[in-house]
Amino acid sequence: MQLTIKYFGMLVEATSISEEQLQIDSCSVSELVEKLIHQHPKLNKKDFKVAIDQQLVDRSHVINTNAEIALLPPFAGG
Amino acid sequence: MKSNNRYNRQIILPEIGESGQQKLNASKVLVIGAGGLGCPILQYLAAAGIGTIGIIDFDLVDTSNLHRQILYGDSGVGKNKALAAKSRLEDLNPTININAYPEKLTTKNAISLFSQYDIIVDGSDNFSTRYLVNDACVIAGKPLVYGAIFKYEGQVSVFNYENGPTYRCLFPEPPKAGSIPSCAEIGVLGVLPGIIGSMQANEVLKIILNLGDVLKGKLLMYDSLTTQSSTFSIGRVASEISKVLATAKDFETMDYDLFCGIQNIKEISPETAFQILNKVQCIDVREAHEQPKIDTLNPICIPLHTIKEQLHSFDKTQETIVFCQSGIRSKKAVEILIENGFENVSHIKGGAVALNEIIPDLIGHKNL
Repeated sequence: MQLTIKYFGMLVEATSISEEQLQIDSCSVSELVEKLIHQHPKLNKKDFKVAIDQQLVDRSHVINTNAEIALLPPFAGG
Repeated sequence: MKSNNRYNRQIILPEIGESGQQKLNASKVLVIGAGGLGCPILQYLAAAGIGTIGIIDFDLVDTSNLHRQILYGDSGVGKNKALAAKSRLEDLNPTININAYPEKLTTKNAISLFSQYDIIVDGSDNFSTRYLVNDACVIAGKPLVYGAIFKYEGQVSVFNYENGPTYRCLFPEPPKAGSIPSCAEIGVLGVLPGIIGSMQANEVLKIILNLGDVLKGKLLMYDSLTTQSSTFSIGRVASEISKVLATAKDFETMDYDLFCGIQNIKEISPETAFQILNKVQCIDVREAHEQPKIDTLNPICIPLHTIKEQLHSFDKTQETIVFCQSGIRSKKAVEILIENGFENVSHIKGGAVALNEIIPDLIGHKNL
């Protein structure tokens, strides 16, 4: 399946990209996150939530179709 | 009649009318923080005729605030933000009540304060306060209009509204302490908090007027560089909400700094700082222009963003005390110093703002 991965906030700095395409077999969100950390080691220390097609999901959720994945970090500034 | 003219352009909207204006006039809204987000929030809420507005902020207006905190001018520098905002807003709309609380929001004052208002708006700038505000809203049963910024991006949502999710349903745990820099550390272009704060003010008006779709159960992400926004659905997590409700009885004793992982940082009172003055090295990590200056402590001035490069000039074995404007950046500085082998470091609670309050008494005492 084909995934579009979108990064927000400080994750753009950690990965040096705001978006990328990924060809991957069906997997859980945590497996996907592991793979992304492998590709972008600086993601390892970051806190973020994962959304699939604009819906926040937990790490056990299984992705099995083409989807848009967003990695959303918390912001504190005001 | 005068007030009708003031609100004419919103009253003629068929969805609002006289009855909508009366709802606004009868509403009570509390804004946490009168900074980058708080200023536009307060400005629009006051102008729209929200009958009672509360403003809580312990911080003082600094020149470096003026590019984005548009309620203040040069004449406000050095004044408390809640009081300076109140005086500006009273001119903007003298027909409403404005309550200024020139103090820090704590677990001791939050619940009783929140209980006096219908809607709470979060314009704070740190995770400890954001979790405190969320939890107090859950306990007091108040809707929370949330906004936060990072560099060129912003987030907006409405939490704890009509059985919707809370901030903890989105982010149950705070990020590791110090992992996310603040505006003071990485900078911000003035318009971004203007946009995000205006969106928050708009959500407040929508809630009161029962207009459109309130941003409940959704997180809006806005990128000011691409001008793109996206919204994400957030589910309600009942277990997170019950956990907060279970703390209601002991809320006053909760330590949100500890929860946000900043427990290992030794904190001393401004009074103690003066007592040990002659035995320690003192570092002011604010930018050079920030006021008030605390010359009495004879500090070495090193802005936080340059501190790593200047560590070699210090004796790491000597006791060191650090302060900033309010006590947030100084915690970050203590972390950096500890990581770099400093043996005995603490920061001054409340920073220059707190020091400035006790200096006149101390100096008066010495002169006697």
